[in-house]
Amino acid sequence: MELTVVLRRRFRPRPVGWWRLWASVQVRWGVVLLVAMTALIAIGPLLAPYDPAAPVGRPYVSPSADAWLGTDNLGRDVLSRVLCGGVYLAWMAPISALLSVTIGTAIALVAAYRGGWVDLALMRSLDVLLAFPGVLLTLLCVSVFGPQPLLLVGLIVLTLMPGVARVIRGAALPLLNREYVLWAKAVGTPGLVIILRELLPNVSSPLLVELGLRLSWSVGILSSMSFIGYGIQPPAADWGLMVSENGSGLGAQPFAALAPIVMIVFYTIGGSLIAEGAARVIARTEGKA
Amino acid sequence: MTVERSDGALVIEDVSLALRVGEVMGIVGESGSGKSTLALALLGYARRGLRIAHGSVRVAETDMLQLDKAELRAARREVVAYVAQDPGAALNPMLSLETLLTEVLAGNRTEKNARAREILRKVGLPDDNSFLQRKPRQLSGGQQQRIAIAMAVIAKPRLIILDEPTTGLDVSTRARVLDLIRQLCISDSLTAIYVSHDLAVIANVADHVTVMYGGQVVEQGCMQDVLSAPRHPYTRALFDAVPSIQARQALRPIHGRVPGVGEGPSGCIFSDRCEYVVEECSVRPALNLAGNTLVRCVRPEPVQTFGARSVAVGHPACRPTETRPILEARSIDAFYGNRQILFDVGLKVEPGRCLAVVGESGSGKSTLSRCLIGLHGNVTGQLTLDGRPLPLTVGLRDQNARLRLQYIFQNSNASLNPRRTVGASLAAALDIGRGTTPKRSGTVVAKALERVGISPDLATRYPAELSGGQRQRVAIARALVAEPSVLLCDEVTSSLDVSVQASVIELLRSLLDDGLGMLFVTHDLAVVRNIADSVVVLSAGRIVECGDIDTVLSSPRHPYTQSLLTNMLQLPSADAGQEASVATML
Repeated sequence: MELTVVLRRRFRPRPVGWWRLWASVQVRWGVVLLVAMTALIAIGPLLAPYDPAAPVGRPYVSPSADAWLGTDNLGRDVLSRVLCGGVYLAWMAPISALLSVTIGTAIALVAAYRGGWVDLALMRSLDVLLAFPGVLLTLLCVSVFGPQPLLLVGLIVLTLMPGVARVIRGAALPLLNREYVLWAKAVGTPGLVIILRELLPNVSSPLLVELGLRLSWSVGILSSMSFIGYGIQPPAADWGLMVSENGSGLGAQPFAALAPIVMIVFYTIGGSLIAEGAARVIARTEGKA
Repeated sequence: MTVERSDGALVIEDVSLALRVGEVMGIVGESGSGKSTLALALLGYARRGLRIAHGSVRVAETDMLQLDKAELRAARREVVAYVAQDPGAALNPMLSLETLLTEVLAGNRTEKNARAREILRKVGLPDDNSFLQRKPRQLSGGQQQRIAIAMAVIAKPRLIILDEPTTGLDVSTRARVLDLIRQLCISDSLTAIYVSHDLAVIANVADHVTVMYGGQVVEQGCMQDVLSAPRHPYTRALFDAVPSIQARQALRPIHGRVPGVGEGPSGCIFSDRCEYVVEECSVRPALNLAGNTLVRCVRPEPVQTFGARSVAVGHPACRPTETRPILEARSIDAFYGNRQILFDVGLKVEPGRCLAVVGESGSGKSTLSRCLIGLHGNVTGQLTLDGRPLPLTVGLRDQNARLRLQYIFQNSNASLNPRRTVGASLAAALDIGRGTTPKRSGTVVAKALERVGISPDLATRYPAELSGGQRQRVAIARALVAEPSVLLCDEVTSSLDVSVQASVIELLRSLLDDGLGMLFVTHDLAVVRNIADSVVVLSAGRIVECGDIDTVLSSPRHPYTQSLLTNMLQLPSADAGQEASVATML
């Protein structure tokens, strides 16, 4: 008896949606890093061997069995302060990044879709914001209203949002001449639906890049604010603040300033890796047809 | 020669070409068959991620693959030259023509300048100083391509490789560029390799032809022999898919798609799409000599001897004429800023009939179709749909009117939202204005996909996962779910391979039989002959000729239509070729 076997390449469905992103090594590392950092920040206070606000010895003591990372300028345990010091960053930075990207994108898409005077008015008012130095604005507001966390978030959003809007508008403008948008207009799809269904998904890769970038920037701004004393106020434990407090003792006890810097760097890289990896995956699988 | 991907997958397998001085070799195949990779490999170049695994490229005693980097650079100037498809992208827009042309030359300025003028005269362009100082963007597409060819031949290479040099050009420009290439081959004893997907172009310019499929040579031989008696089923199928301008025929598409790199059946690479497949096809055949041609097929006799040869069944051109047009346009004037694009254009689209709008690029034919759909803002005139006046901009039309006019775009890559599945795109089209339940929408979507010959299983895929032809069919399906009465097709087949174009044309014909009215915008008269019932010829925004398809194409009155027709390249008909070969045998 004769048996003919026909082998055909079976269609294996590609992972869709969020699973596609997980296939990227960069995204995986970024997620691992961010999850680890967030977990550390969340459970850090429980692990801290000492009270982060209470002195445990002389200032600037080098690392020992009692204090693994030594003590800071006031004799407090550096390890405990590092473990407790990320809380502000951990909620303020993501919220500022999310808000600035959301508001910026909304403004950008409306401006791009409507065009004409709406575009002109929206983008020129953003230009005004962009032209006004963000640091100056922050210093001014903090001096007047005091260093409240929500105020800081609002100011960061105001500083970052115009940049986001510029980038997203730039990405959305060429889409308006693409055939699928023209088709949607030709059959009378409502503007809001076109913005949400046709434009938004197709700017998602610059959007993700922006999100990662603005997360890093928010971390940077927040840390700088703490560093110059306009952010989180002592005696609270905060990484940016710790860098500023212990900067002068860098020669005597480098860990007091370096440990929080390393933490800030890890947090930033996590966000950037996710953004970068996600952008690549999307560009590869859908970007070019 | 073999080119492989860095992971070892073969991109081009074991290709051999041999040419004598002054001859032109045409390389033809569908997109994705490895033509361009081969053309670049002949320069000793492989794209990132590819490498030339083994083989040799010998051009006039120079082995391109044995040279070091500096020698290779010199060889690419003096031995082999390359002309890319899009001259607009290949020429640096910021450099003057003089700089571009003399870049590769040695010697002092006067000498170089004299040579540049000589070459400009040769390619039929002005050679005065003001022309030499122009920038590429100040030239037309045809002139740019001539400059690209002039740049390639100015250093007097022995071999010139042309990668689809006429694909983006109008018919009349294309005819002139092809003439130029033929002339250069004779006058400069230049050998040319001409890569194209267009069989008619290859048949007109080449002495020899290599048919490529899936990275393999499937047939290679003298143009005359291959044309008169194609031996490989793939070659035969390619010829069958080309529309003819003489008569309306049943076009026979090749089903399925070109295998990707490392894919395809393990036996004969074409066996999964071949109509004449037999059991022996599960073993990969070698390239054998049959007659005067090399064929990679287990049965290398002329294809028509072992299967019913495709018969050109006349497709009825005349359908019952309805007296009442669905869509009527009168005295349409359109502007871009202050420039008037369309002058007093009027036309009628009738149900079940196809009206073709023909013209070269810049004639305003796309603007016209955009005016009809209401996407061009700056327009005056009257439109009526079913006898009722239709507003000129889409925003003022009622929902029913919007749905009854459906537009299908030229660029199948961009006509579907890349971030939405096929099914979702179709469901969105259904949802607009009419509103529907998910269950009903699923059935309608599946039905529409089946109507255009796409498996409903593909509804869950993204457009990027489909081939160009499939995407264009999905775009047609999306138009169909709105239950339109008029389809406006803007160059819908010009970005497709002939094999796929045939299937789309057949589909559109069947839609005409269902009673849809159609406006078909194109530059390709052969396609017009095969689908349209009447035709409107546009030149510089004015209608210069209109009427019944047979009348206009067989006895054109206006000089512009006549020039379009004479510049049309046609595949010499197979029968004529056969007679000729019989004659030589006698």
